[in-house]
Amino acid sequence: MSTIMDGLSLGAIYALIALGYTMVYGIAKMLNFAHGDIIMVGAYAILTTLELTGNPYIAIAVSIVICTVSGIVIERLAYKPLRGASPLAVLITAIGVSFLLQAIAQLIYGSKSQSISLPDFGKVVIGKYAINVSTIITLVVGGLIMAGLTLFVKKTNTGRAMQAVSEDRGAALLMGVNVNRIIMITFAIGSALAAFASLFYLMQIPSITPTLGSMPGIKAFTAAVIGGIGSIPGAMLGGVLLGLIEKICLSIPAISPYTTAIEFSLLIIILLVKPIGLLGKQIREKV
Amino acid sequence: MSEFMLETKNLGISFGGLKAVQDVNLKIKKNELYGLVGPNGAGKTTLFNMLTGVYQPTTGTFFLDGQELKGMSQEKINHKGIARTFQNIRLFNNMSVIRNVLVALHNQPEFKYSPFDGMLHTPKYFDVEIRMRDKAKELLDVFGLLDERNNLACNLSYGTQRKLEIARALATNPKLLLLDEPAAGMNPNETAELMEIIKKIRDDFDLTVLLIEHDMKFVSGLCDEVTVLNFGTTLAQGETKEALNNPEVIKAYIGG
Repeated sequence: MSTIMDGLSLGAIYALIALGYTMVYGIAKMLNFAHGDIIMVGAYAILTTLELTGNPYIAIAVSIVICTVSGIVIERLAYKPLRGASPLAVLITAIGVSFLLQAIAQLIYGSKSQSISLPDFGKVVIGKYAINVSTIITLVVGGLIMAGLTLFVKKTNTGRAMQAVSEDRGAALLMGVNVNRIIMITFAIGSALAAFASLFYLMQIPSITPTLGSMPGIKAFTAAVIGGIGSIPGAMLGGVLLGLIEKICLSIPAISPYTTAIEFSLLIIILLVKPIGLLGKQIREKV
Repeated sequence: MSEFMLETKNLGISFGGLKAVQDVNLKIKKNELYGLVGPNGAGKTTLFNMLTGVYQPTTGTFFLDGQELKGMSQEKINHKGIARTFQNIRLFNNMSVIRNVLVALHNQPEFKYSPFDGMLHTPKYFDVEIRMRDKAKELLDVFGLLDERNNLACNLSYGTQRKLEIARALATNPKLLLLDEPAAGMNPNETAELMEIIKKIRDDFDLTVLLIEHDMKFVSGLCDEVTVLNFGTTLAQGETKEALNNPEVIKAYIGG
């Protein structure tokens, strides 16, 4: 039971990050490999604000703002000039941005890991199981954010424009959609979600290094691909699935050392059986 | 206000050494139905691409209702009042019929709300959304697409997709509508119906229409004036019957 809860909450974290990958891929048609490092930016933002003010709620708010702004700035400075360039150039740039962010963090904070003390919410006992309150918070808030995002994309002007840009950017432009603005909003939303992910991540593992974002970043990317990259429900499903598998594997002593290998093998298997991912859209070429 | 809705002056574009279109001078009066004809590769769609900002002209310029639009971005030109359809249909295939129209409506000032309103579902959001849906339904009704509104665009028949493309273009509230082979792939009944629809929307929406078409019966039945392009240059221009019966034009089409 507690394994399942832990798995779901880890899954919610992966899902939040995976949403950033999948939305940017769907709309800007690029893989933003610097997305994982936004989590690291968020984590250091929480750390510094917490040291300065001592108030965790201000720290959370500041971290969301900083992540959103850095997402927008990165898009403007690094990716926007490359619009229309070959996908490979954009991909390499994204990897470059990722290294740049890590190097900047190392310059400012050093490479040693720093621990952070977030308020401990303790545990609640449900029946015969003791469950961390932070796990429940992650699940509930994560779920609410994802529901809100789904509603936003389905029901609003901006969401419709996002879908239109992802379907056919050229036609969307000619229908008067401001594509640059839509891409900027996408990066902003993705980065804000990463800020939440970074908070939840720190609630589970309260130590920060400049490379903190790499592993959850890659796992979340895996989740996005498993779910079908470009698909929002796919990213959620993939994230939750991967989180559950990770925690279940870790809870079985015989296979726990191989957890990461199992997760990535799953990616390979899914790509072999269903290359578009679980909920990916089949692209049919019309003859 | 200008005498002409669309005026181009020596409009041209070269790709490398190839002059795809040169020295096109169009003068299209308000509410006119104007045809653009010519053999394949004559530069008709290229001209449309220049008028919508997809390509930047290398020579000349163009004016919409007296305002110079050359150099503006695609979405800006659309906001100024030029909308188009495509030779190869480019609908948002995995979106429902009504959603295709809603996307095109969202830039109208009357349908604006902030992302904040959208996220929080404020009363303003509901008010705008309801009015938008009504407007979209009204547009779909003109084209007889109301019953199809919840189907995916990719599941419509070819002729119906063409109609939806026109409805979507109309939703951006244009002054000038560019139709790229609107009757292609339609059967004779659908073509006749389309001619009536184009006349009707011209009147109801106070439009000027510039259309590319290969079906000469369609063009002569609909257009007041035409321009004939061949190899990127203007071969003939003027009143439809006269221009189409020009010996040069017949030669270009039939060869010899």
